[in-house]
Amino acid sequence: MAEMIRAMGGEGQARREPGPLHTLLVALAVCGTCAAVVTASVVVLRPYQVANRQWDREMQVRALVAGLPGISDLVTEAGDARPDTRVVELATGAYATDVTAEQLLATSEDERESVRLPRERDLAGIGSRPRFAPVYVLEREGAVHTVILPVSGQGYLATMRGYLALAGDGGTIRGITFTEHGETPGLGAEIENPVWQRLWRGKRLRDEDGNVRVRVVRDAPSGPDAVHQVQGISGATKTGDGVSNLVRFWVGPDGFGPYLERLREGGAQ
Amino acid sequence: MSTSALRALARPIVDDNPVTMQVLGICSALAVTRRLDTALLMSVSVICVLTLSNVSISLLRNHLPRSIRLIVQITVIATLVTVVDQLLRAFAWELSRQLSVFVGLIVTNCIVLGRGDSFAMFHGARASALDGLGNGLGYALVLVLVASVRELLGSGSLLGVPVLVPRDAGGWYEPAALLLLPPSAFFLIGGLVWAVRSWKTQQVEAAEPVPEAAAPEPVR
Repeated sequence: MAEMIRAMGGEGQARREPGPLHTLLVALAVCGTCAAVVTASVVVLRPYQVANRQWDREMQVRALVAGLPGISDLVTEAGDARPDTRVVELATGAYATDVTAEQLLATSEDERESVRLPRERDLAGIGSRPRFAPVYVLEREGAVHTVILPVSGQGYLATMRGYLALAGDGGTIRGITFTEHGETPGLGAEIENPVWQRLWRGKRLRDEDGNVRVRVVRDAPSGPDAVHQVQGISGATKTGDGVSNLVRFWVGPDGFGPYLERLREGGAQ
Repeated sequence: MSTSALRALARPIVDDNPVTMQVLGICSALAVTRRLDTALLMSVSVICVLTLSNVSISLLRNHLPRSIRLIVQITVIATLVTVVDQLLRAFAWELSRQLSVFVGLIVTNCIVLGRGDSFAMFHGARASALDGLGNGLGYALVLVLVASVRELLGSGSLLGVPVLVPRDAGGWYEPAALLLLPPSAFFLIGGLVWAVRSWKTQQVEAAEPVPEAAAPEPVR
């Protein structure tokens, strides 16, 4: 540090200070060059990153499926409990007929057709939601056993993306996992911790009147609402709120609500 | 490489190590040293950023008005860090997920701006490159040392390869879980600073002059 101070007082002081025009030109040239370098690197590397993210997501879905309780019952003679990918039109909650899963998954999230969300309904802070979303469905004896929904929402600093696994009744959580987030390591990033993720198991999304009640709370869940509550991570209140909002948004009317409604009635067609 | 160049390169590795001597770059040194692989990747990233930023700043130094020099330096550093971050996301996806925000935070690593403003502003590109490389290696050395101890004693492995097989995997070793927590890196870096200064006593700073106890002025 002393060296730094000495150096600053040394040679630098002797130099003639250039005029404001020169200063402005240097600033513009530096900004222009830096912007060009950053843009080029982002554009050139994007395809690799998209491929990485897709691979990662696939691994996460498989890991989530493999970690679900009772999944070993689902392993068929084929030897694999691989979920079936389907496309849901979020507004109606019906399976889409004109978009196939392959078509949808070949595009990145940013490229998909989306609908703007008015601010008061944008609980997860995502600005807009896609028109079509993939869901992963596991069936047993003709009935839906588990559905896995892709979810996303604003965390403390960055968007969190993950998957929410629900039982076939569309109302009970089987698991949650996060594939992408920018939360603080050691604090908010503990949402990746399987121990914390297991706290979500068996939680009910709604009360008897159909209101969405599930949320992350500060203290250990207690009382009649315990079945809707998940204990948050110490020091990561914003992350907890973000996860709460994310889950509440995606099971609500602007997310997969209509689809879950159909599941409850036993007829998502 | 000439002897003087070699000396310029070696000096920041032990004698004037940015972490143990100047106690800079501590934040990331705590955060990424839980495992050796993340520490190595972080080291490589910092070495690249530091060397390239030193060279860029050195090349710009004669055209840089003093009034905007810091912001220009930060812009250059932030650009390099963004490019490195993008590269990691493209080619080292798993590890870059582990490093998360700490790659982006290289921008705020005092070593980078410190070397840029105190060295590269006054030296040619070649000398600045060597200085950047040397300081990067000095930082890397500390990171690798701390991460090796933490991973070996905390998880019983090195680079993910089991060395001391932990008890719950059928071995004999009881992992010291404390070493997985961030504070343990403080202890290790503190111990390292002590060890280096016991060895190289000229690094010990003179005791700060104790200000004479004066009665505080009454606040009106």
